[in-house]
Amino acid sequence: MARIIVVTSGKGGVGKTTTSAAIAMGLAKRGHKTAVIDFDVGLRNLDLIMGCERRVVYDFVNVINGEATLNQALIRDKNCNLLYILPASQTRDKDALSQEGVGKILDELKKDFKYIVCDSPAGIEKGAHLAMYFADDAFIVTNPEVSSVRDSDRMLGILSSKSRRAEQNEEPIKEYLLLSRYSPDRVKLGEMLSVDDVQEILSLHLLGVIPESKSVLNASNSGTPVILDEKSDAGQAYADIVARYLGEDKPHRFIDEKKGLFGKFFGSK
Amino acid sequence: MSTDSQQKTTHSAVLEFKSSTFSVPVLVLASNDVMTIEQQLQDKVNLAPEFFKNSPLVFDLQELNKHDLDIDVTELTKIIRKLGLLPIGIRGGDAQQNQQALKLGIPVHSGHTTAASAETQKQQTPEPEPKSQTVAATTTLITHPVRSGQRIYASGDLVILAQVSAGAEILAEGNIHVYGSLRGRALAGVQGNTEARIFCSDLQAELISIAGNYKVSEDLNGVALNQHVQIYLQNHTLVIEDM
Repeated sequence: MARIIVVTSGKGGVGKTTTSAAIAMGLAKRGHKTAVIDFDVGLRNLDLIMGCERRVVYDFVNVINGEATLNQALIRDKNCNLLYILPASQTRDKDALSQEGVGKILDELKKDFKYIVCDSPAGIEKGAHLAMYFADDAFIVTNPEVSSVRDSDRMLGILSSKSRRAEQNEEPIKEYLLLSRYSPDRVKLGEMLSVDDVQEILSLHLLGVIPESKSVLNASNSGTPVILDEKSDAGQAYADIVARYLGEDKPHRFIDEKKGLFGKFFGSK
Repeated sequence: MSTDSQQKTTHSAVLEFKSSTFSVPVLVLASNDVMTIEQQLQDKVNLAPEFFKNSPLVFDLQELNKHDLDIDVTELTKIIRKLGLLPIGIRGGDAQQNQQALKLGIPVHSGHTTAASAETQKQQTPEPEPKSQTVAATTTLITHPVRSGQRIYASGDLVILAQVSAGAEILAEGNIHVYGSLRGRALAGVQGNTEARIFCSDLQAELISIAGNYKVSEDLNGVALNQHVQIYLQNHTLVIEDM
């Protein structure tokens, strides 16, 4: 049975598109046929992060309007042949999306794909609403700072009341917390909320912590999802997240600051 | 859809009874002349066709029966239906009228006297039924976290077994109990019940209020953080007390 995953946050700039690209690639690399859809109509970015911006012919809105078939619009990823990208339109706005149209496309994708990752735009307006409406699982991307946590909380409220599953009284959307741009050093200095703080406020299952890392920006610039940079801490963090999502038991990493041997023995938590 | 396919294995309840109150227009009749009734009702409906379209309606025969004016309930129901209204009850009818109504599938409401019935001289305006105050105050139980932006209203007591996030709002006409962190706004006794109280296990609220008397987070200033407290009203002042 295909699962629809929405990557959402409420707040902008927290790493939704980076996360969408990374987990979609991670799932595909593990042998699951995966599609990733950019719901950010008018401000499309996913194609850049995935490095396929020069191969976009048709987009999401074209398919909704019946101007192209789904197969014409899906772009096969150059690194992994089980991964397909459905780019957003840059020349339209979010009103071009309709609930009926999105539902139809997702139904069609479900026949062929194991996972469908929906990259939500920021905010709680139409684009974000449609991205989460049909979801089975939600990845809530949060930065360790108060406004981001507050917005995530708001988004969780919307997921539990305005989604299809909520409206039809089905089993609620499964919610997972992804804490991104985490810096243990700054947490220690009291400049950043800790994992415990965020979890206390959101009371949500933690799927993983992604450390603040230069490799994320490098990956974005070069158009390769950061998960392919296996040496980087962010890449490893995303690999762990995909593994945990698929049911593997992996200990959490990147939560504590890097300690020397001495620190390991005597360091306080 | 599944009319005859019996599900044998499911034991979970598929239905429950809940009590609610609705406000329904009541048609008070002062004449038994069905022609005039139809004419005047049509005029009323024409004034606001959208409002009356498929609107439920209770008709009240108390005035008629007071003056010994009999009316054909079947005929009256026909007229009401013809004008696009949906009769859902009869009030103040005699035994025979009630019988007739029941035959037509219209429930009989007990016709307790309303003080307003004196001023129904020539007036056929549907009036909203006065809200009855006799509704049993039930307790609303919430087991999931109340997230930022969500709003919960309880007409009786409100019991929350999870946290209430900052930016969320919980309101109750009765007491409020929160067995998690209370970070949002909590308003008890919103209909003016000064006896209402707020109980919580971790008070970090943005605002607490009982019957309109409130304190914002700044006034609380770290009072009783992470402790079981109760909040009640004493001489129009909120008192926060450890438990």
